[in-house]
Amino acid sequence: MRRELLTGNGAAAWGARLARVDYVPAFPITPQTEILETLAAWIDTGTMAGRTVTLESEHSMITAAGAAAATGVRVFTATSSQGLLYGMEMVYTVAGWRAPFVLINVSRGLSAPITLEPDHNDVLATRDSGFLQIHCSTCQEVLDTVLLAYRVGEDERVRLPVIVNLDGFYLSFTREPVEVPDPARVDGFLGSFDAEDTRFRASAPASQAVAVLGGSPYSYFRYQTHLASLNALAVYDEAAAEFAGVFGRTHAAVEAYRCADAEMAFVLIGSFATKAIDAVDRLREAGIPIGLVRPRLLRPFPAASLQRLLAGKRGVAIIDQNLSVGMGGVLSTELTSALYGKADAPPILASFIGGLGGRDIRPEEFYEIARVLRTAIATGVSPGPRLLYTGEELREVRKLQAIAHVERSAVETER
Amino acid sequence: MIETVYKRMKDLPSAHLLGTGTPMCTGCGGLEALHEIYDVLGPKSVFINAAGCMTLLSVYPFTPFRGSWLYAAMASAPAGAQGVRDALDILREQRRMAAGEDLEVVVLTGDGAAYGMGLSATSGAIERNLDFLYLCYDNEGYGNTGQQYSGATPHAARTATSRGSGGYRGHKKDLFAIWTAHRPAYVATGIGSEPLDLARKVERAKRLKGPRLIIVLAPCPTGWDYDPRDSVEIGRLAVKTGVWPLKEYTDGEVVHTKRPHPRAPVEAYLQRQGRFAHLFAPERNEALLADIQNAVDAYWAAVPEEA
Repeated sequence: MRRELLTGNGAAAWGARLARVDYVPAFPITPQTEILETLAAWIDTGTMAGRTVTLESEHSMITAAGAAAATGVRVFTATSSQGLLYGMEMVYTVAGWRAPFVLINVSRGLSAPITLEPDHNDVLATRDSGFLQIHCSTCQEVLDTVLLAYRVGEDERVRLPVIVNLDGFYLSFTREPVEVPDPARVDGFLGSFDAEDTRFRASAPASQAVAVLGGSPYSYFRYQTHLASLNALAVYDEAAAEFAGVFGRTHAAVEAYRCADAEMAFVLIGSFATKAIDAVDRLREAGIPIGLVRPRLLRPFPAASLQRLLAGKRGVAIIDQNLSVGMGGVLSTELTSALYGKADAPPILASFIGGLGGRDIRPEEFYEIARVLRTAIATGVSPGPRLLYTGEELREVRKLQAIAHVERSAVETER
Repeated sequence: MIETVYKRMKDLPSAHLLGTGTPMCTGCGGLEALHEIYDVLGPKSVFINAAGCMTLLSVYPFTPFRGSWLYAAMASAPAGAQGVRDALDILREQRRMAAGEDLEVVVLTGDGAAYGMGLSATSGAIERNLDFLYLCYDNEGYGNTGQQYSGATPHAARTATSRGSGGYRGHKKDLFAIWTAHRPAYVATGIGSEPLDLARKVERAKRLKGPRLIIVLAPCPTGWDYDPRDSVEIGRLAVKTGVWPLKEYTDGEVVHTKRPHPRAPVEAYLQRQGRFAHLFAPERNEALLADIQNAVDAYWAAVPEEA
C-alpha cells in the first residue's frame, strides 16, 4: 500500500489496473479522457496486461464492452455526458445481457446549452437501465468503488454491469491523497472473473440476447433483472464489510455524517457532500442540530437504509444536482417515494436544485437551506422546490444578455 | 482461378447445417443465401446480429444455428464483433481457452443497417483491421417493417414510402465501393441463385484474415411483390441483366466472377416484380426504363475486359 496524489480520473484508472481488467474499449470525451489515456499508456508500455481499443463512438464502445463481457473477460470502460447518452440504447441493452462489467461515468451537464462542467443529469438518465449505480465523493472512494463494483456486479446473485460515477472537474481533475492498495490484497478481495456459462465457445454453442415474442417471456426476463438488482443491496453490504476488513476503509451504501442525534438532515449525492459536511460542522457550531445523509448506492435504491437513517427527523433538505424538467429533483422524488407512509418518516421534505453545469453551492446557500428547513419545521408546511440562484448571478447573466444585444445590433447596423 | 473445392454444383455440401422452421417469409432470398453460406462456413461461428428480418431467426428458446448468436442492436453489430473477437483473442493469449474453442465472428445484417445506421460501425471495424466476416442480406428496403425505402433501394422502385408514379427518386448506394475504399482483406457480392459462385466466395473469405465483407442480393417476395416461387428465377435475372454484378475484391483489385453475356435487357428483371409495375402500366414509362438500362450499360461499359 502506498499513498499518491491522484486525480479522480487517475484513481479510476488505478481501480481498473488493480482489478486486472482484460479489456478496455474506449472513446474520448471530456472530462473522462484522462482515464482511458492513463490505461492506454500502462497497457502500451506493458506496465499492465490487457488490451484497449478505441471505437468510433460510445454506442459502439458500450456494445463492444457488453459483447466482450458476454464472451467471458473482465471489462472496464468510461464515458461522460453526451457520450453516455449517445450510447444509451446500449446501456439498456447490455444490462439485459446480464454480463457484468464496470463503466465509469464522469458526470457532466447535458446539452443544450452544451457545457463541459458537471451535474448529474447524465448519469441519472441511466437510472432505469438495469446498471447498478454508485456515486463517489472523494478520489479515494473512486478507486475503492471500482473494486467494490466488480465484486458486486460479478456476484452470482447479481450479474449486472455497474456505473461508478464521479463528478467532472470537482473530482476528475482534483488531486487528493489516495491510498493505492497492495495488488496481492486486491487479488484476494476480488479474485478472477468467473464468466459462468455466459460466454462463447466452440464446444458449447450459445445464443445470447435473443428476441422474445409476447409479454410473458419479456416480463420474466425484466423481472429477473430487477430482482437481481435488488439482490445487490445485501451483496453490496457483504462486500463493503469485507472491504473494510481487508483495507480498513468503510464505504457504506448510505453514508451518514453527524446524523444519529440530528433533528434535520441534508441529503445529496456526489462530491458536494464534502461541502455539505463542512456546512454541517459550521451549523452544529451555531447550535443547529443537522446532519448529512449521502446515498452512494443509487441503484438498487437503498430505501430501507434511508428510512432507518431519516426516521424521527423533523425535516430533510434534499439537494439535487440535476433537474427533471417539468418535475424537479430526481433524488427528491425518489426519497419522497421511499419515505411516504413510513412510521417516523420526517414530516417536512424540502427540495432544492443547485450545482447545475458546474455551478458551485456556496456555504451561505447551505445555511440558507437550513434556515428554510427550520422555518418549514416551525410552520409545519413543506416548501415548494427551490432553484438555487443568487441575485448577483442573475445580474451577471443580464450583463451577458446586454452584451449579446449590443453585439447583434452592431452587426445589424453594419449591414 | 483460385483453387477451390467447389468446382461444380455436386461439390456443394449436401447436408444442410441451418435448421428449418424459421419465421422468414416463404421464398426469402436472404435465407436461401444464408443456408448456402452457413453450409460452407460451419458451426464454429458466432453470429452478431443487427435489427432486421433475420433478428427473428433466434426467438427464445429456438434457434436454427448450430453455432452461437448474439443480438446486438441495429447500428452496432460490427462493434459487437469487435468485443467478441477481442475477448476471444485475450482468452487465447492468456491460455484461458484452447485454440479449438475459437470461433469465426460473423456480422449478419440487412441493408438497413449495412447501408445506413451501421455504416459508421462497419467503417470503424474495417479501419481497425478487425478479423471478422460481414454478411449483408440486401433486399433493398427496410423489409422487416414493410419495405420502406432505404439507402439500398434502387431507382424508381415502389416502396411503402415511395408510392408515387416515379417510385423511389434516389439511387442505390454503392456499398461495394464504400467498403472497398477502406481496402479490407476481402469484399464480394453474391446471390443465393448462384450457389457455386457464393460458395467459392465464402470459402475464399474463410481462408483470409482481417475484414471480409459479402453483400448478397436478397430477392424478397413480400417487399418486391412477386410470387415466392419466382425467387430463384428473379435472382438469376438480376445477374443475367447485369443489374447485380457478381464480383470480388482483394489486394486493391476488383474481379467480376460472372459476366452476363449476352446481357438480357433490364426489363426482363423489372417486369417480374410488382415494385416496378408502374413502369409498365397503365403505360410504359420509357424515360425511367431507359434511365435504368443506361445506368446498367454504363456500369458494364466501365468494366475492363479481363483476361
